[in-house]
Amino acid sequence: MSSGSNLLFTEAEWDFEALDRTYKAIEEVALNDLKLDVYPNQVEVISSEQMLDAYSSLGMPLMYNHWSFGKLFAREETMYRAGYSALAYEIVINSSPCISYLLEENTMTMQALVMAHAAFGHNHFFKNNYLFRQWTNAEGILEYLAFAKKYIAACEERHGREAVESVLDAAHALMNQGVFRYRRPPRPSKERVLEKRRRRAEYEEEAYNDLWRTLPVGVEPPGAPPTLEDDDEFGGDMKLPEENLLYFLEKHSPTLKAWQREVLRIVRNLAQYFYPQRQTKVMNEGCATFVHHAIMNLLYDRGLISEGSLLEFLHSHTSVVFQPEFNDPRYSGINPYALGFAMMSDIRRIAENPSEEDREWFPAFAGSGDWIGALKDAWSNYRDESFIEQFLSPRLMREFRMFALFDKAEESTYKVSAIHNEGGYRKVRSLLAGQYDVGTTDPNIQVVGAALKGDRTLFLDHHMHRGVPLHHAAKELVVTHIEQLWGHDVVLQEAAD
Amino acid sequence: MPYFIDRRLNPKGKSLANRQRFLRRARAQIREAVQKSLKDSAVADIVKERKVKISAKGTREPRFRLDPKAAGERDFVMPGNREYMPGDEIKKPKSDEDGGRGKQAADYAEGEDDFEFVMRQEEVLDIFFEDLELPNLVRTMLKETPNTVWKRAGITTSGSPAQINLIRTMRNAHGRRLAMRRPSLSDVKALEDELDRLERQDPQTEETRAKMAALKETLAKANAKRRWVGFIDPVDVRYNSFTEQPVPTSQAVMFCLMDVSGSMGEREKDLAKRFYMLLHLFLRRRYERVDIVFIRHTHDAQEVDEQEFFYSRQSGGTIVSTALDKMLEIQRERYTTSDWNIYAAQASDGYTQSGDARRCVEMLNADIMPLCQYYAYIEILDEREMEVFASEDSGAELWRAYRTVAGLWSNFATKRISKPADIFPVFHELFKKTENAG
Repeated sequence: MSSGSNLLFTEAEWDFEALDRTYKAIEEVALNDLKLDVYPNQVEVISSEQMLDAYSSLGMPLMYNHWSFGKLFAREETMYRAGYSALAYEIVINSSPCISYLLEENTMTMQALVMAHAAFGHNHFFKNNYLFRQWTNAEGILEYLAFAKKYIAACEERHGREAVESVLDAAHALMNQGVFRYRRPPRPSKERVLEKRRRRAEYEEEAYNDLWRTLPVGVEPPGAPPTLEDDDEFGGDMKLPEENLLYFLEKHSPTLKAWQREVLRIVRNLAQYFYPQRQTKVMNEGCATFVHHAIMNLLYDRGLISEGSLLEFLHSHTSVVFQPEFNDPRYSGINPYALGFAMMSDIRRIAENPSEEDREWFPAFAGSGDWIGALKDAWSNYRDESFIEQFLSPRLMREFRMFALFDKAEESTYKVSAIHNEGGYRKVRSLLAGQYDVGTTDPNIQVVGAALKGDRTLFLDHHMHRGVPLHHAAKELVVTHIEQLWGHDVVLQEAAD
Repeated sequence: MPYFIDRRLNPKGKSLANRQRFLRRARAQIREAVQKSLKDSAVADIVKERKVKISAKGTREPRFRLDPKAAGERDFVMPGNREYMPGDEIKKPKSDEDGGRGKQAADYAEGEDDFEFVMRQEEVLDIFFEDLELPNLVRTMLKETPNTVWKRAGITTSGSPAQINLIRTMRNAHGRRLAMRRPSLSDVKALEDELDRLERQDPQTEETRAKMAALKETLAKANAKRRWVGFIDPVDVRYNSFTEQPVPTSQAVMFCLMDVSGSMGEREKDLAKRFYMLLHLFLRRRYERVDIVFIRHTHDAQEVDEQEFFYSRQSGGTIVSTALDKMLEIQRERYTTSDWNIYAAQASDGYTQSGDARRCVEMLNADIMPLCQYYAYIEILDEREMEVFASEDSGAELWRAYRTVAGLWSNFATKRISKPADIFPVFHELFKKTENAG
């Protein structure tokens, strides 16, 4: 192929025609060469201010109003203006169509990179990963957010801003304890949302003191709705213990009004929607970064982008996957882009060009040559924890020079428990995997009882993992929030397991 | 199918509602921070945006989280091992919050302690002026509106001859004439010429005579029509219409009066300056136009420019009433009360020639106070004096005299200040929202 004549773009400035041409070329590579499977794409060009907007509302294009988003915006804006942080590389929304944002200031090369990264990399991951498929509803999320925004605005109008704000504050504090980890949450479809809304409206007309008996029935969870008629024993019908505090409060709080329950439900649904993202940071970014890297290189190989573009892309790519070492002042944990990209590239290497060691560790696909199949299988069926446990190779551990530390609170030193050597690979790998298990990194807090016949004290248990307690000051603050939602005393006990 | 959408033209400020909520939420902390930063910084900077640092209190977003520093054990993996072997021990980095549980509020932190962000100028000023209101402003500005202006209000069919709108009138007349087929002067002239020509023909044939008779008839008809279809008819006439509209007075003049005799040092002048500037800023927010007149005085008074006002020094005695005289003079000459809202701010160290205070009081009561929207007097003391004159009632002659004026006029205020930190509270109190402002 002769160079120059086939270039998709030559200028640094972008225009819509160049975007369109480039998108089509990227799509061609993504679907035919990489065999990706994506939601339809919607690419939006936005200004930096709009990027900040989106950034500060959890990356969603629409969101109900709350002061914490304003706080985030103020913080981001200050950082951005001071030049401390570059704007988000890209924002992509797990929805169908999959919306990705292009920043207007980007050069054409960067736009190509972002389209490859977001509109194909992330998009494929959202559509295929089991967690997203199982736990989120890409078709319904935007509609649901529109409903949430409207509903909360209506509540503010009806009940006053402060009242709504205090419920939201409390609910936000419990977001990480507001997800179902093991059973599948019901997905809010449009019909159901409308139906719910209608029922809510009727419901609000009624007196709320009859709430105990007339809780909206049949919405969730699957199975019999909780009834509270025979609450002789603590938690007899509350299906205790319950790990989803927001769900429990929504269904069983003796003091909340119908609209407050709905607000809790909104926050809970959001928490559930974001839950898979929290569990797949490394994989999601790794997948997207790998995809953009592969696509950009293929485009270059086919003479579709110039050498200058490739260099610009590589410069940006390298800074994204940079991993400072632990004693570097820039170190702030393991960079998910770096680890993810390294692992994805490593899988390709193992499939195409394995060493003896790789054959021993990864007999399933080492040398198979089908790296696309191996990667797609990983992207579909794993989350960070299991992915690392399964696919982190000794070679990568050596490259990253990983070592594991044992930390006991009382002692003044950390102990090096394993390093990147023959005896330590398995241990380092499984400890690193454990670091990505939200089941152990999030405190395990459950509702264990409620003295409904007595003073209505609510009992919570924190099952301590290896004796690590909750942060004391934060705990007190959050418990205050729970008390506000429950309306009575709340006792949170910490017990070792 | 790619689907590109250009969102750049979408309305901006989507997060404004959130920002307002945040500002409201952190109101107490922000107010504290803004007021502190105003006290410490140059007054002129108030019209800039500023970075404020607020404590996280009130805008905390607590979550349950684990605290491995407090107790228990954990494992973690880090990259970049160069030298360590299994079994090695590494000293934990010193952290000032060892012991964890002790100081709760302080160590809540983790990126959530103090929070710094940029506030826009309006936001700063709004907080600054939050519960301040210009005294008696409502009365002059919104209720009493003695000033009116004539504004055009279209065209009417009746009015005085002086207001005739010629163009409209003529246009209407022209239209009417066309519609009524009024013969024009040139039409008539053409007929007359033709008649004339025929009359001059020497051998008059039968044919010409008949023609002439017809022409005469036509001409007569035309002239008759011209008589009863007027060139201008009363129905054509239009007049310009004007209505009287009230205009609120939206300009203010601020008289800055200051004693510049030897007893007023740099410190005193600096304090006075800040006071004037705050007042000026405040007026600027309320009025479209604010004039400032600087009057300095020793034993006699002069109008000077700002530079001279603050930085030159004069020797001489102190006669306050000369400044009041000067102010009245200037006011009469240039600032009529019907056009201007008048504010006065006077700073002094409290000394004046004996007997002069009485004259000042007379002038204030009789001439000045009826003109002024507000008159503020600050007496600048040093800190030692401040303690001596702890009570409002005690003080030098001028202070006591002014106190009597303050008793009579609600828009007259007196205050003592001794250090920069006093200025803001003074200001705050001077312009406190008056309960019955309406």
